[in-house]
Amino acid sequence: MMLRQWTPLFAMMFIFSASANTPSNEEIYQMMMELKKEIADLRAENKKLKESVEVVEESVDEVVIASDEAIKEQAKIASRTSFGGYGELHGNWLDDQHGSADKDEIDLHRFVLEFRHEFSDNLRFVSEVEYEHGVAGEGQNGEVEIEQAYIQYDLNNQYSMTGGVFIIPVGILNETHEPGTFYGVERNNVETKIIPTTWWEGGAMLSAKYDSGISYDLAVSSGLKASAADYLPRDARQKVSEASAKSPSLTGRIKYTGIPGLEIAGSINHQVDYSQDTLSTVDDATLYEAHAILQRGNFGFKAMYAEWDIQGSGPKSVGADRQLGWFVEPSYRIHDVGFFTRYSLYDNKANSSSDTEVKQWDIGVNWWIHKDVVVKLDYQDQSTASGITELDGINAGLGYAF
Amino acid sequence: MRLLLVILLSFFVTLNLFAKGTYKAEDTFLKEAFNGDIPKSQSIILKRELRDNIQNILGHPYSGLRIKYWRNDQTTAWILEEVGKDELITFGFAINDKKIFKADVLIFRETRGWEIKYPAFTQQFIGSQLMDDNLSQNIDGVSGATLSVYAMKATARLALFLNDYVLSQ
Repeated sequence: MMLRQWTPLFAMMFIFSASANTPSNEEIYQMMMELKKEIADLRAENKKLKESVEVVEESVDEVVIASDEAIKEQAKIASRTSFGGYGELHGNWLDDQHGSADKDEIDLHRFVLEFRHEFSDNLRFVSEVEYEHGVAGEGQNGEVEIEQAYIQYDLNNQYSMTGGVFIIPVGILNETHEPGTFYGVERNNVETKIIPTTWWEGGAMLSAKYDSGISYDLAVSSGLKASAADYLPRDARQKVSEASAKSPSLTGRIKYTGIPGLEIAGSINHQVDYSQDTLSTVDDATLYEAHAILQRGNFGFKAMYAEWDIQGSGPKSVGADRQLGWFVEPSYRIHDVGFFTRYSLYDNKANSSSDTEVKQWDIGVNWWIHKDVVVKLDYQDQSTASGITELDGINAGLGYAF
Repeated sequence: MRLLLVILLSFFVTLNLFAKGTYKAEDTFLKEAFNGDIPKSQSIILKRELRDNIQNILGHPYSGLRIKYWRNDQTTAWILEEVGKDELITFGFAINDKKIFKADVLIFRETRGWEIKYPAFTQQFIGSQLMDDNLSQNIDGVSGATLSVYAMKATARLALFLNDYVLSQ
């Protein structure tokens, strides 16, 4: 290209050097015209090249955009069925201060697999299969349980319907219990002995949420089936396994989360017949529960109260017609390390004439190695009347979710 | 009983006429960010170094070849997606003078943690800027929405990082 550009000039120099005669004006004019034409041709060629480059650039952009959109669409299709889970390994070294029920063990307490499928933007399937205590089977310590297997349909932004096996909307841990979401190796006593966490039933639920921060849930589901031995709610869970369905249960929860860091909620669960009509000495039962959660900066605080009111001469005769518990739990987190202490009290025979309360102090630490992986260590100090197991000692745990 | 079923059915059908999941349309967010005059969108092609930086912020690789954004002088707007627990959440951030002046949850698809859409929560991001790769302001979480909160904080950091990147080009 450079050579072509200089060709008329070379020609002029040749003419000057080769000819002794000075070129005429006509010859110079002719050469200038040739030079002008060459420049025009070059400009036209340059313009074409520029246009070609722009076309190529646009094509590259289009290819990048199309590829990017294709990758994202493919990812969305692939993510319609998702898989996750969580697990907890616990170590307990606890001494019974009133007897020989010491607990020195290491246990794969939970290993949970979650499967989920999006049929459409507003219709989904959610399931959770839990393996407890490492080995399941006859004569073994563990169990395999399907804790969730439900279809959820969003009617709109405010309302959704749930049908199938779902977790009863009460308490804090019952619905949200991945290890990294709570302090302490073991779940608090109130939410295991009074609220029988994890508590799931088969049925249907309507959920509503509003921009004011208020939400509520109303559920009709299978119920508990208490035995005459103890009337304990935890032992009364039927786990939707060929469950007696003579008497349903009704659950209502209202929750306020309109201020960041604050949750205030209250739940009522009513068992139409606490023994599924199998015991004439047991009638209906109602659970009342309220809790508050506050998080301000590094500081956290949780408090809960739960109480069962169980009708019938059977529970009344042993003082189990009233069962209650409460706890308070302040905490403080610095970066990946959080410290907590908890005072809890529960009593499964609160109307008994004897002292059946179990009081417990916990103090410990959570260290989040990753947002979904946590190492826990705590010390527990129980206080009970003589003759009732009183476990004091250390708990250690490793939890993860994915 | 039949009458009750018909009433219930009508109630749910009426409810279902409304759209689901989308709390704010992309256009509405952009109009609010640019006072009604949305500039033409631009894209950042994610080359290796940029991709590495984004992975450091999100904690995982970004699944895309480019990130789209809108810019008018020193104001930029970003619509970014990140997984909360299981599903993608779509966030909108608008930035001026290296500070977030608008933060919204545009689409929420998770079953739990929807409380992060409340203005009371999103307003905590207003005024935030990058400080040692973290947000300069404390963000109080939402109980039961830990992972959704984490996703919004990560995408806010990403938007601020990308804003710095495009302004420095």
